Amino acid sequence: MNFIYDPVPWVINWLTQLLLGWGLPINLVNTLLYLVGAVLICLGAMLFTTMLIWAERKIGGRFQDRLGPNRVGPWGIFQSIADMLKIFTKEYINPVGIDKIPFNLAPILAVAAVLAIWAVIPFSETVFGANINVALLFIIAIGGLGEMAIILAGFGSNNKYALLGAFRAVAQLISYEVPMVIVLLIPVMFSGSMGLNEIVQAQKIPFIIYAPVACVIFFICSIAENGRAPFDLIEADSELVAGYNIEYSGLKFGMFFVADFLHAFTSAIVFTTIFLGGWQGPGVEQMPVLGGAYMLIKTLVVYFLMLAIRFTLPRFRIDQMMALNWKILTPLALVTLLVTALVDKSIPHEMTLVRIGALVIVNVLLWLLADRMITAYRKRNPIQVVTGKARPLARPEILPVVEKEAAQ
Amino acid sequence: MTGMQILFLITSAVVLFSSIMSVTAKRMIHSALWFVLALLGVAVVFAMLEASFFAVVQVLVYVGAIAILIIFATMLTRRALEDKGDQFNRATLVTLVIVSIIFAGLVVSLKSWAPLQNLTSPLSAEQLNVGVLGLALTAPDGFTLPFEVTSILLLAALIGAIYVAYERKEKKK
Repeated sequence: MNFIYDPVPWVINWLTQLLLGWGLPINLVNTLLYLVGAVLICLGAMLFTTMLIWAERKIGGRFQDRLGPNRVGPWGIFQSIADMLKIFTKEYINPVGIDKIPFNLAPILAVAAVLAIWAVIPFSETVFGANINVALLFIIAIGGLGEMAIILAGFGSNNKYALLGAFRAVAQLISYEVPMVIVLLIPVMFSGSMGLNEIVQAQKIPFIIYAPVACVIFFICSIAENGRAPFDLIEADSELVAGYNIEYSGLKFGMFFVADFLHAFTSAIVFTTIFLGGWQGPGVEQMPVLGGAYMLIKTLVVYFLMLAIRFTLPRFRIDQMMALNWKILTPLALVTLLVTALVDKSIPHEMTLVRIGALVIVNVLLWLLADRMITAYRKRNPIQVVTGKARPLARPEILPVVEKEAAQ
Repeated sequence: MTGMQILFLITSAVVLFSSIMSVTAKRMIHSALWFVLALLGVAVVFAMLEASFFAVVQVLVYVGAIAILIIFATMLTRRALEDKGDQFNRATLVTLVIVSIIFAGLVVSLKSWAPLQNLTSPLSAEQLNVGVLGLALTAPDGFTLPFEVTSILLLAALIGAIYVAYERKEKKK
């Protein structure tokens, strides 16, 4: 084992030998190393978030023809650190009539639900937290805990707007889980396992080539799960004042904020792992540390795509969002699953090119079908333009003649 | 006492306490939240038994879906947020008697049940494979019939839900 080729297992091995040399029992050493690993991953993720927030604001600024943060440090790079310090010093406000335990538990649970996903992600062939055989289910189940956090926040705040916001957020999250879970069955089918390590190992050719439609559905659903534009109805200033987090201030609000940004990046990681081949790339067998670099590059590309969507598209209305989910994505996901299973089973896996060709053709057909479905749906339900009566504006041609003459 | 046993005792205490609280809490919504804690505790017990599939499904189905459904239903009831009604009604005494009889019966019958007398060995990697579970559910000599019957029951529930929620066209006009 060589430090340069594969540093993390080398360090773990060295630490184990060192601690065993001190005469500690092997169980204790393993527990200690797991603890250290967990603390390092959580700390790394949280500190990384400060950079993510800066990057997101800067890139968002460029997309919208603004500068973004540009005051603190070169290119405003320390802006998030300044914001963090400000949020530390802000007052904790506990509104009257809150339910203490749910109110204070909600922000912790929100961050924990995101960080727990990092426990099962394989960062390279040899670097991963827990290699459980149901990692995909674990990721979805942990999403359920995030919903619980939103409910607790909405209920604990003793505020009607917060409660309404929480209901709406949870309705959105639960709805979009349905096509997401259906589509996730396709990678499970291809790799024959629910463990993320096995799924990555099965992707010598990434699954995005085998199942592009499933990939797109998963991508849309994961944006919706993040609650980002165009699905940012979780926080609707004009309708709900703010959303489920209206009563939070200071660090507690900061926790929700961090959870939001970290969740976006985490879902980019999950997408990379499941559909883009994770750490797979040329030369990873000789040099496993390269896998981490490939993973990072792929994740950043996906993250950039998410940002591009976030900062360029306007938001959906709630009924449009639900219609998109239940009338288009869910049926499409079901059909995709059935058709992919049939085609994939009928072609022997040794004929890789034939298999890919057949799957790609089927996926193109599915995509055309979906397009027809959307067009037909639009024909049946034309978009109703909801506007008030045209009001007279102070345009020159409407102005009374007297004023016109005065203006001249 | 090993670390595992200490963990088990703590988890069991949490599960028992939160189950009792979920029955005796004054506000309905608190009962629902205590119930969620009890379900999470059961998931931890599953995880300690190395049944990771069941642990994850417990969180996925119960916490992710059923608990949220219960909370939604609770909040739709009358005065759910400030309800401080009486926790006991006329049936309490009868229920208590019936429940104690069932509990005593369970304890007596489980005490003489052979598999509980000695410690079971840890599951092998072969048994922990989720594929085994899938095969058992679909194999002809396995649990195909119960599995299919459950599917039909769920389908009936789905259709029923759609029927109840369906907005009839003539009513709309």
